[in-house]
Amino acid sequence: MKKIAAIAPYVFAILLLLLIALPFIWQVLTSLMSSGEIASGSSWPKGLYFKNYLEVFSGRYSFLRYIANSFIVSGATAVLSITIGCLAAYALARMRLRHKNIFMLAILSAAMLPQIAAISPLFLILRRVGLLNTYWGLIIPYTGFNLPLAVWMLYNFFRQLPPELEEAAALDGAGFGRTIWHVFLPLAAPGVFTAAILVFIFCWNEFLLALTLNTQESMRTVTVGIAMFPGLYEMPWGIIFAAATVITLPLVVLVLVLQRRIVSGLMAGAIKS
Amino acid sequence: MVGAHRKLPYLLLLPALAVIVLVLLVPLGYCFYLSLFKHSLGTGSHNFIGLKNYIALLSDQRFIASVFRTMLFVAVTLTLEISVGFGLAVMMHSLARGRGLVRAVVMIPWAVPTVISAMIWGWMFNDRLGLANRLLGLIGLIPAPLVWLADPTLTWMAIVIAEVWKTAPFVALIILAGLQMIPIELYQAAEVDGAGGFQKFRLITLPLLWPTILLALLFRTMDALRVFDLIMVMTGGGPAGSTEVLSLYNYKTLFSHLDFGYGSALSMTLFLLVMFFSLVYVRIMVRRAI
Repeated sequence: MKKIAAIAPYVFAILLLLLIALPFIWQVLTSLMSSGEIASGSSWPKGLYFKNYLEVFSGRYSFLRYIANSFIVSGATAVLSITIGCLAAYALARMRLRHKNIFMLAILSAAMLPQIAAISPLFLILRRVGLLNTYWGLIIPYTGFNLPLAVWMLYNFFRQLPPELEEAAALDGAGFGRTIWHVFLPLAAPGVFTAAILVFIFCWNEFLLALTLNTQESMRTVTVGIAMFPGLYEMPWGIIFAAATVITLPLVVLVLVLQRRIVSGLMAGAIKS
Repeated sequence: MVGAHRKLPYLLLLPALAVIVLVLLVPLGYCFYLSLFKHSLGTGSHNFIGLKNYIALLSDQRFIASVFRTMLFVAVTLTLEISVGFGLAVMMHSLARGRGLVRAVVMIPWAVPTVISAMIWGWMFNDRLGLANRLLGLIGLIPAPLVWLADPTLTWMAIVIAEVWKTAPFVALIILAGLQMIPIELYQAAEVDGAGGFQKFRLITLPLLWPTILLALLFRTMDALRVFDLIMVMTGGGPAGSTEVLSLYNYKTLFSHLDFGYGSALSMTLFLLVMFFSLVYVRIMVRRAI
């Protein structure tokens, strides 16, 4: 009897996890079925059918282009917003600063701004300066929208490092720049890396700005590309979900590997405010 | 040297503040400016009309219906997310082993792009081949396949399920973090005093967890108010406009009707709505902190 009581939560947990993972699992299964199998209503692929994946990577559709676009935009945004964010977070977390709370409040309230409230002016401004349908036309707004979160996460990471760090290095005769580069950054690297990954994921998954600002087919990001796909062709579910799997799998692997870091990064922002 | 050091932190803050002003504040101001005009990209008109766009909103049935739908969406999804999230968190908290694995699986829905989760759920609720109909048919709950995405009520159910699937796990992780901060001694002391399971929950867990729940509510409310990706991809606002929430109406006004004046007024309204709710939450939090 006692044994059952000890096992029961685990059985329950496994069932629940299956339920949570089910839609994702079914997506992968669908991507491994031929259109005939899908139309006949089978729910388990007979064999491993990889033709959908070959189709995704063949030149027929522009998925490779979408993936490249997303990589460039998300990567550049992550680098840019983390660089700018590190400077600000260092000043806020480790330096003497008057009106610190006002700066923090300004940066945090900027995170509340809904994207749709900026979309009509952003569209007009970017059109005026000729940045619609360019990488910069997405990188700049993305950096703006991700910066508050980046600063906040980095601020929390930086604050956790021992305060004597810079003083000790200064006593050893190291200049400010060297202290940062050789002492502070190596210790802060895990936090900085986590923040960069999170910004990358947010940009990779972004839809509204990408949909409105980069309308040209060749400039679409993955989310827009895949959302527009059924409109262009007659719902080839197998191919759609093969593409969806290609787009999602890297994120899922990243999250599985880095989950502890990512959760604590998100929580640092969540709990302490 | 000392002077340079004193200025350094402000110099470090400068790029961040500049980006926030340029990319967020200037557009917000410009958005308000645009909302005072009749500004159409279609006809190229640009006439100052004062607050007329806002006055027109008050008698715009489509706007009122979209606000109502948005509010309903926020209320329903929040209730479900917090309850499901709480249940998940308690479950994870009770596990002695394998918490890392559980946490990782729970993160999957969070990592899947909303656009793709909308497509997965559209496929789950496909009337002919979807898994939902097949499972419901299998356990005999429905006599015939439901045409989910053609009926307003069923469509709303599908949307809410998709949203809760995506967000409840994240809520669970926040609540789990809150649960782990409650000292176990409190429960032991309560047991000594003869408290039962429900009493422990009501007198210890709930009050100590309340700030965490409030925080999860704040985050989720902000996100649910601006819901766009999920509904845009899953239904496009249909069937017959029955799932058109405020952000969708806003998007269509801007980019289908090319009406940037009225569209900007809609955007400002959504912005004010988000601001209003965040102020309410912050007030509750501040009052509790004092």
